[in-house]
Amino acid sequence: MTPVLSVRDLRVRFGDREAVGGVSFDLEPGRALGVVGESGSGKSSIALALARLHVGADVTGSILVDGTDVLAASDAELRRLRGGRIAMVFQDPLSSLDPYLRVGDQIAEVYRVHTGASRRAAAAKAVEVLDRVGIPDAPRRARAHPHEFSGGMIQRALIAMALALEPRVLVADEPTTALDVTVQARLLALLDELRADTGMALLLVSHDFGVIAETADDVLVMRDGVAVEHGPVDGVLRAPSADYTRELLQAVPRLDAPRLRVTAPEPGEPADATPGREPLLRVTDLRRDFVSGPPLRRRAVPAVDGVSLEIAPGEALGVVGESGSGKTTLARLVVRLLAPSSGRIEFAGRDVTRLSARDLRPSRRDLQMVFQDPLASLNPRRTVGDSIADPLRVLGEPDAERTARDLMDRVGLDPGRYDAYPHEFSGGQRQRVGIARALAPGPRLLVCDEPVTSLDVSTQAQILALLAELRAERGLALLFVSHDLAVVRSVCDRVAVMRAGRVVELGDVDTVYDHPEDAYTRELLAAVPRLAALDPVP
Amino acid sequence: MIWFLTRRVLATVAVLLAMSAIVYGLFYLMPGDPAVLACGKRCGPEQLVVTRHKLGLDQAVYLQYWHFLEGLVIGRDYSSGPDVNHCAAPCLGYSFQSDQPVTSLLLDRLPVSASLTLGALLLALVLGVGAGLLSALRRGTVVERLLTGVTLLGFSTPVFLIGLILLLVFCAWLKVLPFPSYVPVTQNPVEWARNLVLPWCALALIEAALFARVARAGILETLAEDHIRTFRAYGLSERQVVRRHALRGALAPVATITAVELATIIVSAMLTESMFGLPGIGKLAVEATTSVDLPVIVGVTLLAGTAVVLANAVADLLHAAIDPRVKLA
Repeated sequence: MTPVLSVRDLRVRFGDREAVGGVSFDLEPGRALGVVGESGSGKSSIALALARLHVGADVTGSILVDGTDVLAASDAELRRLRGGRIAMVFQDPLSSLDPYLRVGDQIAEVYRVHTGASRRAAAAKAVEVLDRVGIPDAPRRARAHPHEFSGGMIQRALIAMALALEPRVLVADEPTTALDVTVQARLLALLDELRADTGMALLLVSHDFGVIAETADDVLVMRDGVAVEHGPVDGVLRAPSADYTRELLQAVPRLDAPRLRVTAPEPGEPADATPGREPLLRVTDLRRDFVSGPPLRRRAVPAVDGVSLEIAPGEALGVVGESGSGKTTLARLVVRLLAPSSGRIEFAGRDVTRLSARDLRPSRRDLQMVFQDPLASLNPRRTVGDSIADPLRVLGEPDAERTARDLMDRVGLDPGRYDAYPHEFSGGQRQRVGIARALAPGPRLLVCDEPVTSLDVSTQAQILALLAELRAERGLALLFVSHDLAVVRSVCDRVAVMRAGRVVELGDVDTVYDHPEDAYTRELLAAVPRLAALDPVP
Repeated sequence: MIWFLTRRVLATVAVLLAMSAIVYGLFYLMPGDPAVLACGKRCGPEQLVVTRHKLGLDQAVYLQYWHFLEGLVIGRDYSSGPDVNHCAAPCLGYSFQSDQPVTSLLLDRLPVSASLTLGALLLALVLGVGAGLLSALRRGTVVERLLTGVTLLGFSTPVFLIGLILLLVFCAWLKVLPFPSYVPVTQNPVEWARNLVLPWCALALIEAALFARVARAGILETLAEDHIRTFRAYGLSERQVVRRHALRGALAPVATITAVELATIIVSAMLTESMFGLPGIGKLAVEATTSVDLPVIVGVTLLAGTAVVLANAVADLLHAAIDPRVKLA
C-alpha cells in the first residue's frame, strides 16, 4: 500500500541545537505508528514538523503527506493541508481550545474554513462529530465553553474537530498524558475505533511505552533526536535490538514487577509492620470540606470524607486514586498543611489534630513532605544547598551547611554544587534536592505527593530506588501518594485505593493487586496499559 | 448577579462615606477661614459672626458633617434671614462663594466634563488599541520601533505641554481650529466636536500610550498560548487567528485597566479644562479649592468618586462578558 505519510531524513534545528537529527519513516493508511522517548528526545519536534508548525526552527528533509510536500508547500496549500489532511491533538487539554469561545463554535469555525459550509450546516456538523466521539448530550454540550469540559472531553472534542475534516493522518502528541488511567483507556479505545472505521492513519507520540504497546502497530524509539530502533511493536518489545530500548523497557514500572524491597532494616526498627505495635501515624475518620457555590447557597463539598488508616514505623503505605479522589488533600492534612474539618490525627501517640503551629513544631521534625513539582517547590532565588540547610537552621542545628552537604552526597548529588540554583539542575536532580530537604530534619515519616510524576521513566526508577534505600537505611515510614498503580506496587507494603474522598479498599499490595475486592479497584487495574507482549497471558 | 450588584452598591456607599469624611477632616486642617473669604474684604466682626452662623461654621465639626449627611439623604432647609430655602435630597449644600446649590453647580458643568472625559477615553482606546495591535503584529519592523518611540514620548509628556503645543500649532499658527470654548452638543454637534478636538487629543495621547502597551503585551501573550497553535494546526490563516482568537484575550486586560485609568483621566481632565478654559467640573474644583469652598470640594470629590467606582463595576461586568471563566462575586 502506498504510504499516506512519508518522512525522509527529517532534521529540526533550533539555532545550534539539533532537536531531530535525520529521521525517516513511512505510515500507511489505517496503521498506527508510536513514537516513544524520554523528554528532550525530539519526539514532539517530529510531530510539530509534520504540519510545519515550528516557529523559529530550521526544518530540512522531506515530508510527504498524501503526496504533498509539506516543506515546499505554499501558504495556501499548507492551510488546506493542516486539518484537512493532517490533523493534530495536543498534550495539554486545558489550554488547547480557545477559552473564550464555545466548543461547538470552535469546531464549526474550523469546518467552515475548510469546506465553506453555511453556519447552520457547520453547527450541525459540530454536534454530529461531538456525538460521534462519545460526548454525551452533544447538542447541549456543543454550547459549553472549554472550562466546563473535563480533560478527557476536551481531547475528545479535538479529535472531533479533526474528524469533521476527515484527515488522512491524525497526529496525537501525548494525548493522554494529563488524563486519569480510566479516561486514558477509553480515549485510546476511541482512537482505535476511528482508525478502523475511517482508515485514517495515526501517529501517536508518547513517553509511555504501555500506551504505545496497546495502540500502535509499529514503534519508533527516539533518543537524542535520532531513532535508535524502528519496527513492529511486538517484535521490539519481545526482542529489542538497541540497548537503550532495553533500558527504557526495564525502567517502565510494571504491575507485576518485583518489589523494591527493603533489604536491611535497622536493628530494633523492623521495616515490616508488626501487628500489635503502636502505629507511627493513626488517622481516624478524617474529613476535610471545601466550601463552594454562590453566597447564601454555599455547600460544603467533602474532599476527604471519613478516612481512617494507620502507618507502622518503617512501613510504606501507598495511596492511589484518580484526580479529584482526595489523595493530595489527605497528604496535606497529614502534614497539617491543611486543617481537618473533623476527625483525628495521631502522630507517634500524640494527638496533633488541633495543635497550634507552635505546639506542632516538635512533631514537624519527624514529619516531612516531598512535593510533586520539584521546580515549583524550590525557591528559585535560593541555592539548593541553602534550601536543604534551611530546615536545619530553623531547628537551630549548629552545622547546618555541613549536614546539608552530607545529605546531598547521600541522595546522589555532587556536594560541590551546594551554591547552584534549582534551574541549573535536571528534573530528577531537583527531586533529589526535594528529598534531601525533607530528610534534613531526620524525619520518621515522609509524605510523598506524586514524587515521580513529572519525571522520565529512567529517572523515575532511580528516584524510587533511592527512596527504597533510604527506607532501609533509616527505617523511614512512607505515605506515598500516586496516580500510578505500578509505581505504588513497586514501592509500598500496603495500599489504600481512594475514590471520591473515601478509601474503597485497603490492604497488602499483593492482595489488593492480585485479588481486588472492590469493583472500582478492578476497573482501575484493568485500565492500566500493559506491555502486552511481555506480560504472561492470564 | 444580584449578589454582585448588592455588594457593589454597599461598597460604593462605604467608599463615598469614607471619602466625604476624609475631605471634611482635611478641610479643617487647612489654613484659612472660609467665613472671612465668603464675607469679603470690608467685613466687620459682627457681620463675620452672622456669616459664620449662616454657613453653619459655628457648629462642631461632627455636627456639620451630620447635617451634610442628612441633606444628602433627606434634604435640608437653609434659612437666610426671613425666607427658608429647601434643598431637596440629594443635597450637597450651598456654595460658600456663589450662594448656589452645589448640585446645580455640578449639573451645569457635568456635560462639559463628561464630553471631555468620555470623548478622550474613546479616542485613547481607539488610538491605543490600534497602535498596540499594529506594533504587536509588525513585530521587529520599523513600524513597531516607530510606534514604541511615539508611545514612549506620549507616555512621558505632561498633558499641559501637549495642550500648549496643540494650541500653538492649530489655533495660533495654522488657524484651522478655534481656541476652544464649550458649545453644547444639543446646540451644534459639529461645533461641539471642533471645539473639543484639541482637549480630547491632549488628554487622550497620554492614555493612548498606556493602552497601546497593554494591548500589545496582551496580543503577544495570547499569540504565544497553546490554543492559538491548535487553530494554526487546523489551517486558519494568521488573520483569522488574530481576529477570532487573539484579540479577545488582549482586550480583557484593556477593559480592566480602562476603569483604573478613568481616575487618572478625571484628574488630567481638571488640568485640561483649566488650560483650555472649558467651564467644566475640573475648573470649578480648582476655583473651589483656592477659595476654600468646602461644599463644592466635597461635591466634586463625591461625583468623581462615584464615577470611578461605577467604572470599576462596569469593567468587571465587561471582563465577565469577554471571559466566560470569570464569575461575578
